[in-house]
Amino acid sequence: MIGLVVNPVAGVGGPAGLAGSDGEEVQRRAGERGAHPRAGERAAAALSVLAAARPEELVVTVAGPMGEDAVRDAGLRPVVVWHPPAATTATDTTDAARALVDAGADLLLFAGGDGTARDVASGLPEGVAALGIPAGVKMYSPVFAVGPRAAGSLAAAWRGEGSLPVVDREVLDVDESQLRRARVEPRLYGTLRVPYRAGRTQARKAATPADERAAVRLAARGAAARLRPGIRYLLGPGGTMAELARELGVPKTPLGVDVVLDGRVVAAAASERDLLEQVAQGPSQAVVSIIGGQGFLLGRGNQQLSARVIDALGDEPVMVVAPEQKLIDLGGRPLLVDTGDPVVDTRLAGFARVVTGPGTTSIYPVHAPENEGALHAT
Amino acid sequence: MSLPIAPKPAHRRFHQARWDEPVIFELSTPGERGVLVTRVEPGVRDAVGDVVAALPEGLARSTPPALPEMAQMRVLKHYLRLSQENLGADLNVDVGQGTCTMKYAPKVNEQLIATPKLSAMHPLQDDADAQGVLEIIWRTERMLAEVSGMDEVSLHTQGGSAAIWANIAMIRAFHEANDEGDQRREVITTIFSHPSNAAAAKAAGYDVITLHPDADGYPDLEALKRALSPRTAAIMVTNPEDTGIYNPAIKEWVDAAHGVGALASYDQANANGILGITRARDAGFDVCHFNVHKTFGTPHGSGGPGTGANAVSAALAPFLPGPRVVRDGVRYDVVEAGPQSIGAIGPFHGVVPNIVRAYAWIMALGADGLRAVAETAVLNNNYLMKRILEIPGASAPYATGRRRIEQVRYSWQELFEETGISSEEIGIRASDFGMHYWTSHHPYVVPQPFTLEPTESYSKSELDEYADVLAEVAREARETPEVVRTAPHNQTVHHTHHDDLDDPERWAVTWRAYRRKYPDAVGA
Repeated sequence: MIGLVVNPVAGVGGPAGLAGSDGEEVQRRAGERGAHPRAGERAAAALSVLAAARPEELVVTVAGPMGEDAVRDAGLRPVVVWHPPAATTATDTTDAARALVDAGADLLLFAGGDGTARDVASGLPEGVAALGIPAGVKMYSPVFAVGPRAAGSLAAAWRGEGSLPVVDREVLDVDESQLRRARVEPRLYGTLRVPYRAGRTQARKAATPADERAAVRLAARGAAARLRPGIRYLLGPGGTMAELARELGVPKTPLGVDVVLDGRVVAAAASERDLLEQVAQGPSQAVVSIIGGQGFLLGRGNQQLSARVIDALGDEPVMVVAPEQKLIDLGGRPLLVDTGDPVVDTRLAGFARVVTGPGTTSIYPVHAPENEGALHAT
Repeated sequence: MSLPIAPKPAHRRFHQARWDEPVIFELSTPGERGVLVTRVEPGVRDAVGDVVAALPEGLARSTPPALPEMAQMRVLKHYLRLSQENLGADLNVDVGQGTCTMKYAPKVNEQLIATPKLSAMHPLQDDADAQGVLEIIWRTERMLAEVSGMDEVSLHTQGGSAAIWANIAMIRAFHEANDEGDQRREVITTIFSHPSNAAAAKAAGYDVITLHPDADGYPDLEALKRALSPRTAAIMVTNPEDTGIYNPAIKEWVDAAHGVGALASYDQANANGILGITRARDAGFDVCHFNVHKTFGTPHGSGGPGTGANAVSAALAPFLPGPRVVRDGVRYDVVEAGPQSIGAIGPFHGVVPNIVRAYAWIMALGADGLRAVAETAVLNNNYLMKRILEIPGASAPYATGRRRIEQVRYSWQELFEETGISSEEIGIRASDFGMHYWTSHHPYVVPQPFTLEPTESYSKSELDEYADVLAEVAREARETPEVVRTAPHNQTVHHTHHDDLDDPERWAVTWRAYRRKYPDAVGA
């Protein structure tokens, strides 16, 4: 069954020029500037696609503006299984997500932005699929459909065609108060299992791995084959690094930097200071993946790998590991490094050799946006 | 006074025939005969003896084959009905075949290859009985050497990946012959080149380095220089790439490769737009191939058979695949491949009917005609691009605003974001108007891709009709999206779902793979 939760205040800050909607104060000011929430409309637009394909579909949802209204506007029948308290907060989204899954939702649609994705991710039991209807101001997380109608189209396919393939995608969020001072510092908050349509875009002609998980596994395998004895490898956060750890048979903290030497972990969830201590003990190399959609290698979600740490590493301080598709999805935009130290960033800028599989690499441009005086593109 | 003629509709009505047609085995009627096979004449029988008795015992069937028993006319009807239930190659406008050039193959050429002088030949026949065919092979090789500017050509491979494999196999043999086989372990390609280049290099044991385009969407020379080293065995690039973008700095690319002692291999899968205009040799390439079955006339339908022409410089000539046809001034002979050759890639002399088609095609056009083909293909493509880019929601990413060679990889991403209708759904709906629009756009660098390649075969009115159909479907995607989403409506078969086939967790392409994947189901 399809579940729907709407963050009714998502996106309210955008039209008001407030770069996000977090916090009561921002929401109040947005209201004063004449902004009105748009998440409900966008959720209804998504569901109208589902309604056209499957007019009898039942959607489990939350009472009122958190879902029920949008389901009705789309012409579908809501099954309300959760009522929010009078004043809604972020934890309501988390509680609602959990309630919808308990009521039988196997695909949870959520309308909102990165903050909503975070709240959904923390409420969702293992194995349940989720998909974002983009309705926020900032959406760094690659867990959203490209548009509301595209989300509805995927939901219709989910119900019509049986199970679609699902992939693990990162949930990221930035601190909006920093964002308002023109600093983008996305953090990694976890992953969601997102449905995608392999058969809709792929045909069987080339040796491209059809399945994204298989592509991540290949990239990790390619990296594993390049590891040498006697070298400390500083494995960054993210799904690709988790897969590399699996290849090596070692545990991995999902959001931390772990140091691996000769097939065993010598430091887990290391801080910058821990890493400097490790690097001082012998030859070391950082291993990082690419933040999907954004292209950051360093400076986002892995700040432990600081300029000082990178500076202490050898001639090839960083090994970059990612499936080719992650490069392709950047649509021609460069990879980015932002360690905060212009000298280190300049040293890393130019071209990176990205390990994409066993015996396959790609050469891809790397920029240091801070040095170029450009604000990070979203 | 001219008769009043109704204006041609923007897109015509099409409805596929639908037959309740059983499979042919269900049509079988015991005792019904097709053709009566002529009895062997007594003189022949006496001379040859009992040929069946001469078969080894192990080759003989113990029971007759379970073939359907039907009169010839019923067989004909059966297959004609089936042929009406699809978008036949001679029926639709197939400029949307993706990266597979579809062009009109003159029907007179089909008559040539159907003649018993060709169709009744056997590849092991004595060379003396095959002088005409061997001459055609030899002369076609010489003509393709002229078209490419290269020194030697072999028509032995079957085009596409087989020809690309021959390219890398020759490069490997060359380096090994020069004692650099151990040192040169890397092959460089570009993300927009046909993926078979990367795949063939990988299969040949090389590490593959893929280059991404520069900020303008062109192959990035700086990235190439960064990737080149004494470890480089070769660059393997397609030009124009599968996006239709021509690398204007191709000479610099080849020179840079040569600068580190690497070879340069040219994938001319998209040669339709360069015939008589550019030559591989003039850019300095060491080896190139043509897909003879595409560029030189044979329609590429349902997977083959293909024919490749591998063209090389004199330095690489000893490594060409074989056997080869040689001429001693008067006579043509088939000789086994030489000691340095990479050997046979396919059986015998390649696909001879395709070689004859290509020979006839080139002879009919002449040198000026080949150039006119390229010019027309490029004009057709850029005219169609102008029409397509007028459709709201369609775009041509990379090298934006620039012209292309003979094809363009377009994107429906904007329309998809607006409507949720995908490129594949548009393609299926386009078939309701009798238009072919396929889904091969590897690598998937362009979101919601569609690749159109009109070649020189299509008239302006057909290109207009094709563009009008896509404009109509794009309008439907906005106004009546359910019509598009639930297409096709005018066809025998509804659309299929690929997901099972694309999911490595579920697929099993061979019985052995199936048993490995599902040991419980079959007992390992």
